Amino acid sequence: MIQASGLRKQYGTTVALDGVDLHVREGEIYGVLGQSGAGKSTLLRCVNLLERPDAGAVTVAGQDLTALGSRELNRARQRIGMIHQHFALLSSRTVAGNVAFPLEVMGVPRAERERRVGELLELVGLDGRGKDHPHQLSGGQKQRVGIARALAGNPAVLLSDEATSALDPATTQSILALLKRLNTELGLTILLITHEMNVVKSVCDSVAIMARGRIEESGAIADLIRTPGSRLTREIFPLPEPAPAGSVTLTFTGDPRQPVVSEVVRKFAVDVGILGGSIEDLAGGPVGRLRVTLDGAERAAALAYLRDSGLIVEEAA
Amino acid sequence: MTWEEMLPLLGPATLETAQMVGWSAVFTLLLGLPLGVALVVFDRGGLRPVPVLKSVLGFVVNVGRSLPFIVLMIAIIPFTRLVVGTTIGTAAFVVPLTVGAVPFFARLVETALREVGTDVVQAAQAMGASRTTIVRKVLLPEALPGLVAGLTVTVVALIGYSAMAGTLGGGGLGDLAVRYGYQRFETLLMIVTVVLLLVIVQLLQSLGDWVARRLSHK
Repeated sequence: MIQASGLRKQYGTTVALDGVDLHVREGEIYGVLGQSGAGKSTLLRCVNLLERPDAGAVTVAGQDLTALGSRELNRARQRIGMIHQHFALLSSRTVAGNVAFPLEVMGVPRAERERRVGELLELVGLDGRGKDHPHQLSGGQKQRVGIARALAGNPAVLLSDEATSALDPATTQSILALLKRLNTELGLTILLITHEMNVVKSVCDSVAIMARGRIEESGAIADLIRTPGSRLTREIFPLPEPAPAGSVTLTFTGDPRQPVVSEVVRKFAVDVGILGGSIEDLAGGPVGRLRVTLDGAERAAALAYLRDSGLIVEEAA
Repeated sequence: MTWEEMLPLLGPATLETAQMVGWSAVFTLLLGLPLGVALVVFDRGGLRPVPVLKSVLGFVVNVGRSLPFIVLMIAIIPFTRLVVGTTIGTAAFVVPLTVGAVPFFARLVETALREVGTDVVQAAQAMGASRTTIVRKVLLPEALPGLVAGLTVTVVALIGYSAMAGTLGGGGLGDLAVRYGYQRFETLLMIVTVVLLLVIVQLLQSLGDWVARRLSHK
């Protein structure tokens, strides 16, 4: 749905994007995770060409945006929704007026606009608040207005620029739940950037980890978790790095309640000591990660048994 | 002077001042608003960056702003004659008043428009809004309280300028103060004129503040 290749963007001597490729599939929620200054905001703004990349091409819904003239680009942008960290609502307009704005830009007649605004406000859970002004709303409600506005043009794609970063944890969860619902119900493809791992864990199907203008790792979360040594796994399950010599780190991707550790102790002549671990609910289901010491005569056989049980086993040197 | 003698003087003079200021304010709004918009739109990082044009406009505005009004008024007499055919009377002074106030108001417009957050402008761009739509539907409505405040300040400044017009035969309250208060030592008339100006300015400022407050939804 979104295809970007070879994106480069430089501001003076600062390289914001250093050859970035991005592939977002239709109907997925794709998260770009990174610290501030990693280039993720520039990347997002290159997708609808708010920033024009110095090199590279961007295709959204089969249309090469970098090849369009300004009028065609404006028309293409009407089919790409965007929500913002600080909501970017017009303070001079009411809630309904804000949602109607993109419809005015598209030239939708008044009666049709009013009907559509009503639908959209209902969709985001703000029916009845149309006559209020943005300053009368809470942060979470403002972002709901932002989402309603972004959906006005029936976009195929929604871009989210740190949309929950200015919100408290409970509100963040409710906004993420709304995005997830829109993704499922409308089949909306969502590209979001965030510096919060929590956002990625809650809603994303795929993720790209960015640092210093490059994507360091990307793919479906379920696949990355199964990839030994992936950055995503290390960041989701913070265990002390480097792992102590002789320790073993186990990643459970199936049912974390399976009693494999006690089985290993019973079947093989080994002792297991637990160093640390946790279980997280990810898009594909629960995933656990456990670091243990595993010593004894049958260590090699025990590790082989764990691998055969479907666990990912990483041995520290 | 008695009140019976003063009223026939004060009434027409107030009306002349109101006419001069009123018409100048209308023309200042019509010319200064687009000029202020241009200063923002053509600036580096603006909606349509043309830095050279912005520098030229900025220079012209600064020239207008650096001339004291009384000097400007005399300097553009040939231009005034060209436009209205005469250089005395209330109508003639609408020209220098407008020329003097346009750069002043344009700067205030520029400041008010810069107060509009870049995030809302970019949000509109992301929605596919054209530049004219952004100016008409984002910049100007969002800046409206600031624009009203700027216009109020400009009108008050115009009242001040218009009093100077009185010294060159422009009529109005300034003319009255010079001819009666200064040249004929009519102290009472002078005091009444001062009070009248004070009341007018206070009322205008309060009105402007009230409107700006009503328009603001922050």
